[in-house]
Amino acid sequence: MQSWVPLFPEQASTFAWQVDLLYFYLIIVSVAFSIPIVAAIFYFGVKYRERDKFATPEEMHGSIMLETVWSIIPFVVSMTIFLGGAIVFYNQFRAPDDAMEVYVVGKQWMWKLQHETGHREINELHVPVGRKVKLTMTTEDVLHDFSIPAFRTKADVVPGRYTYLWFEATKPGKYHLFCAEYCGLNHSGMGGFVYVMEQRDFDNWLSGNVSGQTPVEAGKDLFENKLGCASCHAGGPQQRGAKLEGIFNKDVKLVGGQTVIANEEYIRNSILNPGGQVVEGFQPIMPTFKGQVTEEQLVSLVAYIKSLSGVTGTTTAGGTNSNSANSSTNSSAANSSTSSAANRGNSNTQGNRPAPANR
Amino acid sequence: MQNADVIGADFPKEPKVNYLTNGTTLKSWLLTKDHKRIAIMYLISVSVFFFMGGLYASAIRLELLTPESDLMQSGTYNKAFTQHGILMIFFFLIPSIPAILGNFLLPIMIGAKDLALPRVNLLSLYLYWIGGALTLFSLMQGGVDTGWTFYTPYSTTFSNTFVMAVGLGIFINGFSSILTGLNFIVTVHTMRAPGMTWFRLPLFVWAQYATSLVMILGTPVIAITILLLAIERVARVGIFDPSIGGDPILFQHLFWFYSHPAVYIMILPGMGVISELISNFSRKKIFGYEFIAFSSIAIAVFGFLVWGHHMFVSGQSIYAGLVFSFLTMVVAVPSAIKMFNWTATLYKGSILWDTPMLYAIGFMGLFLIGGLTGLFLGSMGLVVHLTDTYFVVAHFHYVMVGGQVIAYLGGIHYWWPKMTGKMYSEFWGKISAMLVFIGFNLTFFPQFILGYQGMPRRYASYPEELQVLNIFSTAGASVLGVGLLMPVVYLMHSLFYGKDAGDNPWMLPGLEWRTSSPPPTENFETTPIVTWEAYEFGEESGLDLEEAKRREAITTVR
Repeated sequence: MQSWVPLFPEQASTFAWQVDLLYFYLIIVSVAFSIPIVAAIFYFGVKYRERDKFATPEEMHGSIMLETVWSIIPFVVSMTIFLGGAIVFYNQFRAPDDAMEVYVVGKQWMWKLQHETGHREINELHVPVGRKVKLTMTTEDVLHDFSIPAFRTKADVVPGRYTYLWFEATKPGKYHLFCAEYCGLNHSGMGGFVYVMEQRDFDNWLSGNVSGQTPVEAGKDLFENKLGCASCHAGGPQQRGAKLEGIFNKDVKLVGGQTVIANEEYIRNSILNPGGQVVEGFQPIMPTFKGQVTEEQLVSLVAYIKSLSGVTGTTTAGGTNSNSANSSTNSSAANSSTSSAANRGNSNTQGNRPAPANR
Repeated sequence: MQNADVIGADFPKEPKVNYLTNGTTLKSWLLTKDHKRIAIMYLISVSVFFFMGGLYASAIRLELLTPESDLMQSGTYNKAFTQHGILMIFFFLIPSIPAILGNFLLPIMIGAKDLALPRVNLLSLYLYWIGGALTLFSLMQGGVDTGWTFYTPYSTTFSNTFVMAVGLGIFINGFSSILTGLNFIVTVHTMRAPGMTWFRLPLFVWAQYATSLVMILGTPVIAITILLLAIERVARVGIFDPSIGGDPILFQHLFWFYSHPAVYIMILPGMGVISELISNFSRKKIFGYEFIAFSSIAIAVFGFLVWGHHMFVSGQSIYAGLVFSFLTMVVAVPSAIKMFNWTATLYKGSILWDTPMLYAIGFMGLFLIGGLTGLFLGSMGLVVHLTDTYFVVAHFHYVMVGGQVIAYLGGIHYWWPKMTGKMYSEFWGKISAMLVFIGFNLTFFPQFILGYQGMPRRYASYPEELQVLNIFSTAGASVLGVGLLMPVVYLMHSLFYGKDAGDNPWMLPGLEWRTSSPPPTENFETTPIVTWEAYEFGEESGLDLEEAKRREAITTVR
């Protein structure tokens, strides 16, 4: 299969053929531009090479006609490239609703991954073929980038926020996983493999591995026992903290009259920086949990709080941009009104809106 | 006036005092206000930095000969590529054409005695030296490992290397760039000789002017960015590190707001040199003068609006991405216009295949590839796969080395007779130009394929199946290295043993060819009055071509 000099990586996801098609189109465009120019340079260079020393060739003035033609043609061609690229990108950017979720935490210099079922992996990712998989990613330290060339996709992993990546593998096999954003000493060692398996093999792999708590269970444990969140956020109507049931992806009114969508980013920020965006009707009394919870525990807590709204892991995350929770403008309120309307209809199913989440 | 010079060249006479012989003490150099001497001092110091950056490059290529990180440990490798980038970009590419060729030629080409602000020009040189010395000092102390991009929070919180010292070096060096740009703009506005209208300016001057605009508008932003980075690193004020309340993407926006336009600081002067070479070595007025001139300005302006195409996968919003992708496609058009006009200039010319022209033709081929692969990287659907891979490395080396360095070498060969009064060996010049071209392609073309395979950049080790292409690349780098070292030898040789070049060896109409070689300190004995258009080879140019042909015939018979 692999030639002596490998020219193209394997096509192993639904994006691969689209990206490759765009690539071939651009190669054709490049060749179509280069050949006439290079041929003209050499033809002129030979035909009009100097015959008389210090000759004075006939003068020639520019031509508006020619200038127009060779401005418009490249512009039109570049617009086709722009549009083609935008379409392919849009497909990669819009995560589907029915994806299987995996949580990814990068740290110098390893990838820590956790499935919805609680299975943990390091520098390896097992996924079934033909299933959409959505990664929710963050990092404990510096920037990283989760890159799978065979799937033709990658995304930066940014500290302090969640970024997203999705793919659907099409071919069982073992593919390189790289960190593509420079992250320090052992950057080139930060990677491993993605194993794409038939569904049956994947089920076997799941059952053969001891699974710990699922993220929701771990989050519940943290919430009720380890961190004691429940002492304020659960209980009767007199509870001191805001009610968390059913808030996910809904509008939340803040002290000061602003409104935000309670997406993953907002929940995360509220744990780390509780005084920042306090819900209307409550005092800013919650202490920060910064430094007390790891990124993985945060992921679990977010998963648990999502589950309180009847959202299981298979739904898509809320915000468009990873930090849209901070933008508490009218437009974000307007955006989210559609989503809450959708939620009202089937609030206990997987009825969240198809959010254009970051890949 | 100048006819008398040409005829006078036939007879032996007392050597005139020129800028090189006007004072020989060290002090006369270090305290000079002569733009030509300052340019020569830049030439020497920039060459030292180019050589050092080249050493790091060879270390990188040797390490990548094998998949494992065996020649260097990954920590050392990280420092090698960081320092390669910092030295090459801030201390070689950015100052090369403006500070050396621009400094030397811009006043002469517009018929001025010097730059408008000669003392500021000397200050620029000293700032460059101070910044460079500080950077070299910190490299010797142990160097820096953040990558030339200094991405946060790695550079502010995690790296234990000499980020502050190198940052300060770049900060100081930035002012050298700003002052040079300022000087050029003032000079072009105020110092043009009588009759030298804006549309009689050589295109090299237009390109320098566009570059200067970018320098004075863009460079302050990198200074601010480095300052903010320093504040966070030293005082732990949360600006970029999210763990103390900052935003790492903010750094990327600020950084690329300068560093993308900086790409145009590097390539625009190169395009200016190529316009000179193509027109003069075809002995024909450049095709579409106004279009080339204004495309430089268009590139300078649009260059400020496309920084976000470095951040398509970094978490910026899709709408920002779409706008940046669109503008990136738009900025390709002025480059295409230049390319077509250069090609059209060759048509029905009288093309002389001398060394500078070989470089110019090489530039057209390499810049074509560099520019077209830029479209690959501006297309959002493709860039997700290609960003942060060797495809990007190959692309920017095609533009920076294939474009800027080739143009710089072409310019050095073209103006060497003017700067030194001596002619180098044409034979060795051609050999070296061809070696550079072949070696360059062998080094960087395989990297496009490696990039599409997904090999990430800044990797000290890589999967085994990618070794063959990496071997090609390293082999090419050795050819390229030889090609780049050869000019040092034969240009030096020409200083002592080279033939006298004469004032105008190619009988060209530009003002720089109408004074003696090397020029006198005040550039012209009398202020020239310009009555001809740029690249005027006909009667109106006032060049005595008949006389030159007769003398040429005599020398050939001899």
